[in-house]
Amino acid sequence: MAEARDEAVAAALAAAVGRRLGAATAVERLERVAGGSSCETWSFDAADGAERRALILRRDPDGKPAEEALAGVDFGPGTDRDTECSVQVAVAAAGVPVPRVHFRLEPADGLGAGYVMDRVDGETIAPRILRRAAYAGARRAMARQCGDILARVHAVDVSGLPALHDLPPRVQLDQYRRLLDGLGEPHPVFELALRWLDEHLPPPSPPALVHGDFRNGNFVVGPEGIRAVLDWELAHLGDPMEDLGWLCVKSWRYGVDDKPVGGFGEREDLFAAYEAAGGAPVDRRAMRFWEIFGTLRWGEICLYQAYRHLSGQPRSVELAAIGRRASETEYDLLALIG
Amino acid sequence: MAQDRPTAIELLEAVREFLEQRVMPELDGHTAFFTRVSINVLAMLERELELGPGADEAEAKRLRALLGEDGDLARLNALLARRLREGALDDRRQEVVAHLRQTVRDKLAIANPRYLDESEPPAS
Repeated sequence: MAEARDEAVAAALAAAVGRRLGAATAVERLERVAGGSSCETWSFDAADGAERRALILRRDPDGKPAEEALAGVDFGPGTDRDTECSVQVAVAAAGVPVPRVHFRLEPADGLGAGYVMDRVDGETIAPRILRRAAYAGARRAMARQCGDILARVHAVDVSGLPALHDLPPRVQLDQYRRLLDGLGEPHPVFELALRWLDEHLPPPSPPALVHGDFRNGNFVVGPEGIRAVLDWELAHLGDPMEDLGWLCVKSWRYGVDDKPVGGFGEREDLFAAYEAAGGAPVDRRAMRFWEIFGTLRWGEICLYQAYRHLSGQPRSVELAAIGRRASETEYDLLALIG
Repeated sequence: MAQDRPTAIELLEAVREFLEQRVMPELDGHTAFFTRVSINVLAMLERELELGPGADEAEAKRLRALLGEDGDLARLNALLARRLREGALDDRRQEVVAHLRQTVRDKLAIANPRYLDESEPPAS
């Protein structure tokens, strides 16, 4: 069954690539890349004798993102593939390092909605980026690179983009309260966190484009630092501090706890680079809000992953095991707000 | 009627050792990754069987004192969660935090004891 589907995708993709990149172009080494429940990611090479291009296909097979409403709530609404593509093109124009988009899918391609982009060479696995000698130089540079990148993302003129979900802090807090209720188990530490967050909401700010999942694990890294920022499917309008806060959540330090920014850098380097690149002056209290919110968010995501397994969507020992990691975020939350 | 030896913990240990010593060396890629996850789950379950009952009992005792109510752990935690949501315990925050700190420590001792070790400030 899976093979028949792979063959259908291979055939349709070969035709789509042939139409855009030249009739003699063959699709080789096509394989589905693991991860992401709401859309498909495929890796392939496009070879035409002279040139071999490393590419990625992102698609919603039915033309729209899969419904994710397991716990009775629309879990952090993601974008559809067309919107994701438009965001990626817009941030590229703003100087953000992202994989170059080659073409969008059209209905005539018979592959649903999506796009084809470069497959950027480098390391994405966070513990490796943090521990391998080859990336020592990258680690020293990355906090500043992140600041520069985020300032550019947040400055994008959103009037030129397709409609994005507007998710100010209060709306996200409500979403995560409802998710907690939907998951059905009492979590007193998360209740404490929700109250703290409710009492410390940042002042309203004009909605900016935010990445929504900007963290160590979503970067392609080489010895020189960040080569590309991946996974724009959670991009939305919101408080720019949200992106900086998520980046500093303790869980994304992968054990290198003395480097608050992604396990590789210092907050002051991140902030200085952000402001130097035109970002708004960093509000330290908003940062604290978003770090605490991000810790709660990741804790609930852990519970949600286990819930997916328990609901058979899909059955997976990995998803089941992640449920037990929520306790780490409970520990971190008590350290932050206790 | 109680089961014969090996105990539940001892059987989990036996399965884990099999996976670690006989299966892992044969694997690579995704299957190796998921087997490692499974090994870690088994080790966690061994800790849960050993430490869980004592931790649960201590937690229930603290909750009965905190809430002035009786009941099993599920009922007590549901009650605590509801009262925290409503703000009914705002004036007893330190007590609540002390209780939750102990509860989470006991939880992590089962779920991921290394996280406790790595997160604690070094003893002076």
